[in-house]
Amino acid sequence: MSQRPRPNVFDPRRRLLVVAVVLGACGFAIAARAAWLQLLNPEFYQQQGDARFVRDVPITASRGAILDRNGETLAASSPVSSVWANPQETLKHPERLGELADALGVGRDELKQRLAARADREFVYLRRHMNPDAAAQVVAMGVPGVHEQREFRRFYPHGEVMAHVLGFTNIDDRGQEGLELAFDPWLTGKPGAKRVIRNRQGQIIDDVDLLRAAEPGRDLVLSIDRRVQYLAYRELKAALIQHRAYSGSVVVLDIPTGEVIAMVNQPSYNPNARAGGPGAARRNRAVTDLVEPGSVIKAFTVAAAMENGADPTRRIDTSPGVFPLHGHAIRDVRNFGLVDMTVLLQKSSNIASTKLALEMDDAHFHDVLTRFGLAQSTASGFPGEAAGTLEPAAGWGDIEKATISYGYGISVTPLQIAQAYAALANGGRLLPPTFVRGGNAAAPEGRQVIDPQIARSVVGMLESVVAPGGTATTAAVAGYRVAGKSGTTRRSVAGGYERRYISLFAGIVPVEQPRFAMVVAVHDPAAGQFYGGAVAAPVFHGVMDGALRLMDVPPDNVEAWLAGAAPAAPAEIGTDGLVPLDPATPGPTAPAADAGVQP
Amino acid sequence: MSLRAFLLLMLLGLAATSAVAVVLARHAHREAFIELTRLEKARDELNIEFGRLQIEQATWSETNRIEQIASTKLGMKFPEGAEVVVVTP
Repeated sequence: MSQRPRPNVFDPRRRLLVVAVVLGACGFAIAARAAWLQLLNPEFYQQQGDARFVRDVPITASRGAILDRNGETLAASSPVSSVWANPQETLKHPERLGELADALGVGRDELKQRLAARADREFVYLRRHMNPDAAAQVVAMGVPGVHEQREFRRFYPHGEVMAHVLGFTNIDDRGQEGLELAFDPWLTGKPGAKRVIRNRQGQIIDDVDLLRAAEPGRDLVLSIDRRVQYLAYRELKAALIQHRAYSGSVVVLDIPTGEVIAMVNQPSYNPNARAGGPGAARRNRAVTDLVEPGSVIKAFTVAAAMENGADPTRRIDTSPGVFPLHGHAIRDVRNFGLVDMTVLLQKSSNIASTKLALEMDDAHFHDVLTRFGLAQSTASGFPGEAAGTLEPAAGWGDIEKATISYGYGISVTPLQIAQAYAALANGGRLLPPTFVRGGNAAAPEGRQVIDPQIARSVVGMLESVVAPGGTATTAAVAGYRVAGKSGTTRRSVAGGYERRYISLFAGIVPVEQPRFAMVVAVHDPAAGQFYGGAVAAPVFHGVMDGALRLMDVPPDNVEAWLAGAAPAAPAEIGTDGLVPLDPATPGPTAPAADAGVQP
Repeated sequence: MSLRAFLLLMLLGLAATSAVAVVLARHAHREAFIELTRLEKARDELNIEFGRLQIEQATWSETNRIEQIASTKLGMKFPEGAEVVVVTP
């Protein structure tokens, strides 16, 4: 055996060295990677971990309540529970779907379909807005993936009475109509957010941090008075039933502040039922629907004439009750003979208004009407408010001017009429109507639209309309001096006017220190009577009789009351200058410009 | 003990104290936050209860209902004409 080492003998040290180097390199690589992840660049896996456990969850903010001017609740949100499921978990237990459907009160097939349709999602509502106790029972059944979530539902304790003014919210508690929509940002509040750690089942195991505190919505105090609103609703509804009318509106404004005290419409709907009835019942007609004001506008025709320097005591000849104008005949109900401006208003003479209008400059008459806010948006901020239509003075001819002077060829909303009458009663100062208590506090003077002297004398003349011999004696209120003007117009349809009527009344009370301006509009009374003095004026009487007492307005006519002089029973129902259609005339008749004018 | 070793030890001690303080502060924050959440929840519950009571009150005091009860159950009516006496000073 030779001891001489063979050149090709196996040397373990080299192999060991290679192994050590390779292993060492692996170890170093692992350590380096660990250091890289832990020390130098830890964000990525930190984020991945957080993404699996840390959640930012919203904190719901409740919607503010709506209160009336005396702090009574008109709308408030109350919590309800919505049950939701994670379909991926729930669908793994099909054997429990049946009992779940029964507990929820939905059809078994419907539930299955709803889950299956969203099988790849992690969230589906099973039933929204449940009674919280019932929802708690459903969740207590322990079906995997079923959870509840708190939501808010809006309640309107006054239902139909307030429906149009308030509007309503959708299922997510956002305003959809009316003041709920107009003041949505104010009422909504800002939902907050907090950061939590959740486990695999979605349960919150730790609150980590508050990201944003929830800001609850603010309360909204309206100018509406709940009691007057109810009174107006009741009286209007009674009048509509009595006269078999199709629809109607009432607006009551507080004259010194321009605040809306009451605004009701018929037909109405129940805002607590989300289906809500037909769309026609949901319109706030007092703001969104246009009417031709008819004789109600004559107060402003007279005001414009007086601003022009016309003498209110001058007598205008209206004989023989028909006045030809460019081949058209303008008619009064009967021959009133010589009338001054007071009698013009009291008897509602179309001919006298026409003659006053013809003396006026087109631009000036147009200017007076727009100054009173007629056919102008009122800036009340109510969603869907209509502006109305009034052709620019440049496009007027004599016929147009004449028809406008007695209220055709111009369309306005009942709210605009109320605003204009309130301005007359407020010494010629126009305040934009507001639905918020103190809404005009920033500018309580309003805008002077006509000389206070003229405004006062027009109101004085309007008092004769309600006095015996006027067209609206039914509007009188015991103990108070009332001024007003009735109107009756034919409803305009495409291409002419129907044999259907709108009965109007606009009134101011008490005359001494005007407090309320109220407008009543009743569409399509079908029970025989249709004159404003017979249909709309009694509503004014009914509402104001109660409202003046409720709002503690001192009587300004105590002497008459003391003397026991109950308001005189109407001797004749006034006719508002509306000339009834010739019975032989069929359906829709003359073109628009010929309203109340017969060839 | 050299000055250097002393400083080193002191810094080590301070670092350890600060570490514990951070843990304690973090813990206190968690506890305070849990308390805050609890109180806010209680406040919300009370607010919600208040809202519910307001709705209930408004429902009971609904004018139509009061009128119905006054006229049918209690037999009340509004005074008319001759029933009103005007008191003169």
